[in-house]
Amino acid sequence: MKTNDLIIQTTTKVVFFIIFLFSIHIFFAGHYTPGGGFVGGLLMSSAIVLLLLAFDLKPVQEMLPINYTVLTATGLLISLATAAGSIFFNVPFFTHAYDYFNLPLLGETSIHTAMFFDTGVYLVVVGVTMTIIQMIGGDE
Amino acid sequence: MINLLLFPVLIPFLFAAILLFFPKKVKAQRITVMIGLLLALASAIVLLVKVKTDGVQTVTLGSWAPPFGITMVSDMISVLLVLSSLLIAIFVVWYSYTSIGEDREKAFYYPAIMFMLTGVNGAFTTGDIFNMFVFFEVLLMSSYVLIVLGGEKVQLRESIKYILVNIVSSSLFVITVGYLYSVVGTLNMADISIKLSEIGQSGIVTVIAVLFLIVFGIKGAIFPLFFWLPGSYAAPPVPVLALFGALLTKVGVYAIMRTYTLFFTTDIGYTHELLMVISIITIIAGCVGALAYFDLKQIIIYNIVIAVGVILFGASIMNKSGMLGSVFYLIHDILIKGALFLLIGIIIKITGTSDLRKMGGLMKRYPALAWSYLIAAFGLAGIPPLSGFIGKLLVVQGGFEGEYIWQSIFILASSLIVLLSAIRIFIYAFWGEDKVGLHTISPKTYRQLLFPAITLVAITVFYGVGSEYLVPFMTDASTVLLDPSVYTDAVFGGLK
Repeated sequence: MKTNDLIIQTTTKVVFFIIFLFSIHIFFAGHYTPGGGFVGGLLMSSAIVLLLLAFDLKPVQEMLPINYTVLTATGLLISLATAAGSIFFNVPFFTHAYDYFNLPLLGETSIHTAMFFDTGVYLVVVGVTMTIIQMIGGDE
Repeated sequence: MINLLLFPVLIPFLFAAILLFFPKKVKAQRITVMIGLLLALASAIVLLVKVKTDGVQTVTLGSWAPPFGITMVSDMISVLLVLSSLLIAIFVVWYSYTSIGEDREKAFYYPAIMFMLTGVNGAFTTGDIFNMFVFFEVLLMSSYVLIVLGGEKVQLRESIKYILVNIVSSSLFVITVGYLYSVVGTLNMADISIKLSEIGQSGIVTVIAVLFLIVFGIKGAIFPLFFWLPGSYAAPPVPVLALFGALLTKVGVYAIMRTYTLFFTTDIGYTHELLMVISIITIIAGCVGALAYFDLKQIIIYNIVIAVGVILFGASIMNKSGMLGSVFYLIHDILIKGALFLLIGIIIKITGTSDLRKMGGLMKRYPALAWSYLIAAFGLAGIPPLSGFIGKLLVVQGGFEGEYIWQSIFILASSLIVLLSAIRIFIYAFWGEDKVGLHTISPKTYRQLLFPAITLVAITVFYGVGSEYLVPFMTDASTVLLDPSVYTDAVFGGLK
């Protein structure tokens, strides 16, 4: 059945980016305010789920040609590498470090290695959620 | 290298993540998984030497002071268990090359094994009770994958039961940890031990001890909580069954031994008496099951239940010989159960059935298989030069020293039944007329399956013959279990 879903598709094109930016915001805010990798990842996957609802499985897979299993594995490796970095400095595993950097546009910013760990969490959450939804949705 | 004790946990995890990248390339998967396991085994051996020379190793993650961060503790018992779990995994993977089939290998079979090892080794190494819960979940999730992988009807049915039982026991675990936290206000196991000894004998602590026994009893299959085990373990293919039978219940047993020697030492009259009674009934229930079936898998599965009873009986006596025997028997049982499952896997492959009454006369065509099965069966029952002897001897000795005469006689009698059940397989499968006729297994496959199994049997023989060399290691392990202050001193390292 072919229905006319112009309104939902147009709205989705706008709303997707709002949710996407909000997920990035939540992710970076996690150190000082509520948020972090897990919620950020869930928001990101909910944005993709909105795309799936408005369009279909195939177009979205063409739009975002991501292998979500590989995404999950990458996230795991990033988290493990962040935590394991401490092994090379011979301090206990998971010891984090931070410093201040002068970044272009942002000015003086504190960067903490916990953020890289959270990046891994973010990727794993997106990867796992999307794998589940695509697997179930892809079943004919 | 202060992080050395984490390597047996981290290396399987790293390799599991790497294996996720190329699930369809079977050859590359096989090579990578073996490299990972060998590296992990090497690190475990280095760690064993380190623990032997320098005593208990600890590291508190994130450079936080001990009660506040997650402490990982590697004492002799945990490093021995880590070593034997990696050893079993190597043989199971080697056996899987021939036995498991390409379809399963392409469906994340090896990553699941590596994740399960991460969980098992982590649960053996952790020094934090909530972290132990997390590692339990890691190993359980991977075992859910392994039990259902392949999607046969029986696997689907049994995996639902298995998951339901484990979810219930995991939620009970969280609730129990919640109770414990509200009593002592800490999650670090060394700190809990100190706080609980300050509180002394108190009703709520005994209740928590019994709750922990129920939680770990479901995981470790004690009476009357083993009801899920025979069905669930018979469902997956043989290499997975070998891995489960050798490792999963032992994690529960280890957790009971750890909590009952480290935490709940104040009201021994109630808690350890209960543990002893339950372990004896577990042995009886296992014996009944082992004699009742004509099914190869079921007979060995019920032998797991018997072994769990023997190990816990040794631990519940709380004297030197009992604990030493219990540690000896724990490691022996991991090795011998792995070997037996791999051997009966070959028998099932040859005859195409697991029903004893439909097979016979394999002795003529497969003598190597027959003799190695016989050696493994004798090892299981505890015939003197072989691996099961020294552990059971010490457990019984501990029983007599603690004046538990009747219980010790039960243990001795159970050995006879174990022997009977294992020899029944030998008599039905290897003696008599050849009932099968058509043998579908090719000589090449047979050899490829037999090598890992025979090597594992050889290792159990060395374990039994060379137990003299193992005594110092086992003594160290039982010393830590009997004296919690060794453990707490190592964790706090002069801070308290």
